[in-house]
Amino acid sequence: MRKFDTKVQHLKYKVLREVAKNAWNDTLLDNILNIPETISPGTTSTMRCCVYKERAILSERVKLAMGGDRENPNVIEVIDIACDECPSAGYVVTDSCRGCLAHRCEDVCKRGAITFDQNHVAHIDKSKCVECGQCAKVCPFSAIANRRRPCQNACKVKAISFNEKNSATIDNNKCIACGSCVYQCPWGAISEKSFILDVIDIIKRSNNNKNYKVYAVVAPSISSQFTYAKLGQVITGLKELGFHTVIEAALGADMVALSEAKELTEKGFLTSSCCPAFVTYIKQNFPDLVPFISHNPSPMTAISQYIKKTDENAKVVFIGPCTAKKNEFRQPEVRPYVDSVITFEELQALFDSKDVDITMLDEGVLDNASYYGRIFARCGGLSDAVSQAIKEQGIENFVLKAFSCDGIEECRVALLKKSKNLIDANFIEGMACVGGCIGGAGCLTHGEKNKAEVDKYGREAFEKTIKDALGVLEI
Amino acid sequence: MNIQVCVGSACHLKGSPEIVELLQKAVEEHNLQDEVMLSGNFCIGKCNRIGVTVQVDDDIHVGITKENFNEFFNDHVLNKIERK
Repeated sequence: MRKFDTKVQHLKYKVLREVAKNAWNDTLLDNILNIPETISPGTTSTMRCCVYKERAILSERVKLAMGGDRENPNVIEVIDIACDECPSAGYVVTDSCRGCLAHRCEDVCKRGAITFDQNHVAHIDKSKCVECGQCAKVCPFSAIANRRRPCQNACKVKAISFNEKNSATIDNNKCIACGSCVYQCPWGAISEKSFILDVIDIIKRSNNNKNYKVYAVVAPSISSQFTYAKLGQVITGLKELGFHTVIEAALGADMVALSEAKELTEKGFLTSSCCPAFVTYIKQNFPDLVPFISHNPSPMTAISQYIKKTDENAKVVFIGPCTAKKNEFRQPEVRPYVDSVITFEELQALFDSKDVDITMLDEGVLDNASYYGRIFARCGGLSDAVSQAIKEQGIENFVLKAFSCDGIEECRVALLKKSKNLIDANFIEGMACVGGCIGGAGCLTHGEKNKAEVDKYGREAFEKTIKDALGVLEI
Repeated sequence: MNIQVCVGSACHLKGSPEIVELLQKAVEEHNLQDEVMLSGNFCIGKCNRIGVTVQVDDDIHVGITKENFNEFFNDHVLNKIERK
């Protein structure tokens, strides 16, 4: 039974589980200082130079599990002492250089940065090199490597640099909270704030849903997660944790698809607003395009608004693959509807903190949304849904030309083209994570079959069209 | 009068869209638009093996299907309104 992709995720999970376990039992204050030693016992280190450094880092992880640095508004934080200060030399010639005759590297380098020693081995003059990477591309021995830090490679919006102590630091004005660095840092030195304590508190204070009801809204990418059990068992598990009921965020996606199609046909051009990281990216980098951002709330917000309309005392917790949602729900326009956000990773920790083994549970049901709402979880799904919504509403004289961007780099290219009026599209679907939400940093696992799982789950929807799924709500 | 139809997953699969449609039609037929407030609810917590859960003011009725709908509507909606 493999729950996570990496050992870093597993370590984060162990901290979350311990913190949650103590929070359920009201023993967090008594045991908080013992948690690092519980996870890293004995005198021999298993991860770092010594067991004491391990525990010091674990203390920082406990802090993050409890909500992190209150002074830092960004949900993504660097644990300074965990940063291994990876080498960041950029392009370097490795010992695979055979000192060949061709010298393609020298020819291709427009800056004249390549020199040769007496053994004809290439060297890069760093005062001239601009890190374009052409030399690496042409070397027949692949002898030139790009030594960049994994976090820097992961951060396509260039928000990561290094401070005077040489550890990674995040520019909050550039960061879109996509969580890519969180997932890619091999040391687990970048991590996101967790709000599991808030969620546990909400559940406990509900007094078994008597004081108010706690609703779990789950993102459609859940269909590609918890693969060691059945989705119905996850639903039952959520109720075991103390949620009153579970609702698909995909139903909110159905709502969004319908109104987004209307808005698009009225305005003639739109960029999607479902992905909070994409929206932040536009606001930070393309202020001229802000008027084109769809005014629709995200599916999470749309369904939460609806829930609070039917039950004004409701508390809503969104559970998804996304770290950027943790920033989104704290925005003033979303805060009244969504009470907290956790990831699938954190949900796994919550299950195990209460010893809920979901593989042993009966299968509950989850069915609110249509096929189209459910496929929002993967890149291209939103465009398919908007196309369907245009058709279902009988809107004629409008031809949808959608441009689906898979990952923030493709988003950047599409937005650049739009800002120069070079794009032949009237709808830009932006997904900051490659693959769409199924590539989110808060997923337990990232597999090649995930897209197929999402489509399969979509096809299992009881309601085949968007209007069918929403019909029941139009009362 | 407030009528809340459960549109949560379990009831949804057992036919809440149909019950909503029947209710809308029945309310219209009896000209009760001003008297009856129809709305949805995501799980009243009384999930039943068959049928849909409907709450009429404070009374909860489980197992409403399109077969027993007329009976339910007569006994628990029309009668109640007449008694008022």
